[in-house]
Amino acid sequence: MRIVAEHLTHIYNEGSPFEARALDDVTLTIEEGEFFGILGHTGSGKSTFVQHLNGLIRLPSSLKRAKKRKPKEGLPAPVLRVGDFDLADKKTDFRALRKKVGIVFQYPEQQLFAETVKDDVAFGLKSFADRKHPPEEGEIETAVREALGAVGLRYEEVASQSPFDLSGGQKRRVAIAGVLVTKPEVLILDEPAAGLDPLGKNEIADLLHRLHGDWCKTVIIVSHDMDEIAENCTMSAVFAEGKVKYVLPPRELFKHAEELSAIGLDIPLVAKLCRALSARGVEIGCDFTADGFVKAVLAMRGRA
Amino acid sequence: MMNALEFEDVSFSYGEGDFRINNLNFTVGQGELVAILGHNGSGKSTLARLANRILQPDGGTIRVFGETVGEDNLYDVRRKVGVVFQNPDNQNVASIVEDDVAFGAENIGLPREEIGSRIGFALKATGMEAYRHATVARLSGGQKQRIAIAGVLALKPQIMILDEATAMLDPRGRKEIVDVVLRLNREEKMTVLMITHYPEEALLADRAIVMNRGEIVMRGAPAEIFARHEELLTYNLDLPRIGKICKALQAGGMSVSDTLDIQTLADEIAKELACGS
Repeated sequence: MRIVAEHLTHIYNEGSPFEARALDDVTLTIEEGEFFGILGHTGSGKSTFVQHLNGLIRLPSSLKRAKKRKPKEGLPAPVLRVGDFDLADKKTDFRALRKKVGIVFQYPEQQLFAETVKDDVAFGLKSFADRKHPPEEGEIETAVREALGAVGLRYEEVASQSPFDLSGGQKRRVAIAGVLVTKPEVLILDEPAAGLDPLGKNEIADLLHRLHGDWCKTVIIVSHDMDEIAENCTMSAVFAEGKVKYVLPPRELFKHAEELSAIGLDIPLVAKLCRALSARGVEIGCDFTADGFVKAVLAMRGRA
Repeated sequence: MMNALEFEDVSFSYGEGDFRINNLNFTVGQGELVAILGHNGSGKSTLARLANRILQPDGGTIRVFGETVGEDNLYDVRRKVGVVFQNPDNQNVASIVEDDVAFGAENIGLPREEIGSRIGFALKATGMEAYRHATVARLSGGQKQRIAIAGVLALKPQIMILDEATAMLDPRGRKEIVDVVLRLNREEKMTVLMITHYPEEALLADRAIVMNRGEIVMRGAPAEIFARHEELLTYNLDLPRIGKICKALQAGGMSVSDTLDIQTLADEIAKELACGS
């Protein structure tokens, strides 16, 4: 599903002393099939943006009270489409949308609640199901088994365990399975590797690549970790002060080191190395991944 | 140098499961900054909790500034050993910054004027003076964590333990905390134990300790520990990204060292490329 956002503006607590403009006329397209990275500081608007994508934050025009509000003069009407869903339209079936666009929040393991892993993973499936035709036990089991398999856990081993008895990394996987269980086409993860130890981070990156290949068409990660973005993403967008500053593939984005540091963002380690080498008169052309850098350096040495 | 913290033959288990700590021995000198590394579940946090007796050891002796920790001096020890945990939201108790910082000091029954001066000191040390009357809920993660540190500082501890205190923060927040901790260590001579997964933080320490399955498996200068790549892998730890690049270049036949410094590595690569031509 292609995601098209035009002129999105969102103001928290509008009209109160705590008014805060989180999104300011944001226009951004995310093509189907991307491994998309969203970068930016805390407070840059990136979380507000992704919460729009499955209708957790609704456009004013999609709300029932929309009629009563006068559209602001001079501003073009916001557009937000995810696949065939028009999120600006109040007739849109937001339940159906949320099945297709799954969001894994930061520290998702803090949201585990059920007595068994199976019940926890099945929760989304049951609550999104048609109330008149609830899924049968067999269907639920199959879906839970598949979702656990997708995150690398064996149904036989974990399904009847309490999610609270699992290790930190396993808990996070169970929480992700709970989102995958409705088979979303777009999977959005807010800081998926935060707080994990280094090996846990590598495991999550591998997991996301597997999911991106054969489970969800589009994966969107929100991250502060520039290395994570450089190593994994096919495309990225930088948010700052509620606006989109850049939409570029990481290999292009991290050439803008000065501009990025001006908005207080870091660059990946490899980009720093390339800059340090450039200062010594050595220009390394690479995609800012560790592998790409090593290959480029070794190739230069071979030619020398 | 006096020992701030000593563990002698300390053993501990949680009662169920097979995790246990056997005969743990280590000392931290006064004014030292020691990093503790280890994968999740290796026993790092257990160690922190034993140090101020949130957990009670099954056997062995723990000494804080030479004094053996026991039931009778428990509260005394907790004043000396302050712990800052991972999640700032779990540690802030009051809605206004100065009330939050005062919480610990009020609970040990200090006189009012003394509390006032300690709040002033703690907020100054953490660079949060301007937020004295601010609402905690409206602060950033890094600011909330600095308030948590200030609350510990108001007790005038002699040892501060940071249990992954930067793990939930963004890069800016992380830097704020590291700056505060370094200043406390260097200027106030505070003894610091820093439990962390970030190599760049561990590299700031005087010494590092690596834990695995409840045991201390490596000790040494942080840079020296990160150079022992194969050994780190056996303890489920990873090399810092720059270290991996060094290894890959070496594997490709280049003579670069196991440096963790960007400028040094750039020098070496530039030199090698120039030599070749």
